[in-house]
Amino acid sequence: MSLVQPEMRPHYPDYATAPTQHHFSPYADNGGSVVAIAGDDFVVIGADTRLSAGFSIYTRDQNKLFRLSDTTVLGCSGCWCDTLTLTRILTARMQMYQQEHNKVMTTPACAQMLSTMLYYKRFFPYYISNILVGLDNEGKGCVYSYDPIGHCEKATYRAGGSAGALLQPLLDNQIGLKNMQNVGDSKLSLERALAVLKDVFISAAERDIFTGDSILINVITKDGIQDYSFQLRKD
Amino acid sequence: MFRNQYDSDAITWSPQGRLHQVEYAMEAVKQGSCAVGLKSSTHVVLLGLKRSAHELSTHQKKVLYIDDHIGCAIAGLTSDARMLSKFMRTECLHSKFAFETPMPIQRLVAKLGDKAQVTTQQYGGRPYGVGLLIGGFDKIAGPKLYQFCPSANFFDCQAMAIGSRSQSSRTYLERNLSKFLNAKRDELIIYGLHALRDSLPNNYELTVHNTSVLVVSANEVCKLIEEEEIAKLLSQLESRSKREETIEGEEVGTKKDSEQEQHERDLSMQLDE
Repeated sequence: MSLVQPEMRPHYPDYATAPTQHHFSPYADNGGSVVAIAGDDFVVIGADTRLSAGFSIYTRDQNKLFRLSDTTVLGCSGCWCDTLTLTRILTARMQMYQQEHNKVMTTPACAQMLSTMLYYKRFFPYYISNILVGLDNEGKGCVYSYDPIGHCEKATYRAGGSAGALLQPLLDNQIGLKNMQNVGDSKLSLERALAVLKDVFISAAERDIFTGDSILINVITKDGIQDYSFQLRKD
Repeated sequence: MFRNQYDSDAITWSPQGRLHQVEYAMEAVKQGSCAVGLKSSTHVVLLGLKRSAHELSTHQKKVLYIDDHIGCAIAGLTSDARMLSKFMRTECLHSKFAFETPMPIQRLVAKLGDKAQVTTQQYGGRPYGVGLLIGGFDKIAGPKLYQFCPSANFFDCQAMAIGSRSQSSRTYLERNLSKFLNAKRDELIIYGLHALRDSLPNNYELTVHNTSVLVVSANEVCKLIEEEEIAKLLSQLESRSKREETIEGEEVGTKKDSEQEQHERDLSMQLDE
């Protein structure tokens, strides 16, 4: 609605109405959160399964975790079309590496390759919040988190996606034991990591409208990758 | 082959209507050691006879993985074979990426033919000097075996052998063709090993070091067979009746000679691949 008085509206003799500008955005935010926690000989990664656009839900049942090899999993949230293309290109690149070098790409190598692939699109980025997890060459769990243009950071735990800012401080406290007094420095067990992961997602579903429905969890150990599913609030 | 005045480049026709450079390229395939391919109604098997340049080096790879459902055996210039197999691999990856479907084998071989045809019609280059046996399993077409030639021709085959002394292998395959269709996996491999062995002179033998076998089927991802399994299969080969006459002092049906003797034989076999 124009706030200008009728007499003061600009007069464009060539146009029936005032000229309007249309803006096309190549990006869409399809929501979702991803959380990963690493231990000494395992790593767990969970992602919610809700795909949304604005206030609408596309589906309640979308898997956001992509198995790149027997020891490496990538979790993506953000723009779903970019996610699809990035994961397909990544899978093809990993197969090319295998055919060229006769061995499966390791997790640290894959992490570096993803970083360079994202930076190649520095001036038209993949709008994705990536978390890559796996077992490194010694069998220790590792979590690599990325920003949309490829900044890569290795950590023990990380929350990303729409509820990332809500969940990261909770993980800092529960897993990183920050700002806690009189706590023992005990080793993180798989059961505790899974329990914290589920609690963290329950909290996210309470406050973040883009996170909910259910979560899919992948647990990577030297024996392979196991899937778990867990229901969340559907509102 | 004799020299002609019309054979100095790939783009000159001879008055008889032949392209001599292309024909010379086909000769290069015959210099490579034997490669055999055969198929049943469920499996495709590719076999290769590996040579080693000398005692100190490993045997040359003859059979290659292309994709989960396609493998390829080579005979001729190995470097050309490497380039073509890289091409085939990227084409298969592209099909999976763009169309979410494994590359149909006929389409792959046709692309290869198109690529090779260019080399037969350009000045300054030469045709590829390698023959390929491309075997694979298509969900729609079933098991497929194609022979690819440097002339850029390709043929859909039931069974085929290429390389040096492959005529004896082809004779064996022709005589036993009716048995392949319903053969089980191991039976088919043993037929292939017999065919491969027929390309060897009488006093030579297939061993785990000079034999490579690749199997692909609906349930089996394309993979080279391990040495233990090859040893087991080789022990099931029938003894060659010809061998009894030519080898002195050797037990009939012996499959493995002492390492040193085997090395000497490898050395004295034709070496230019």
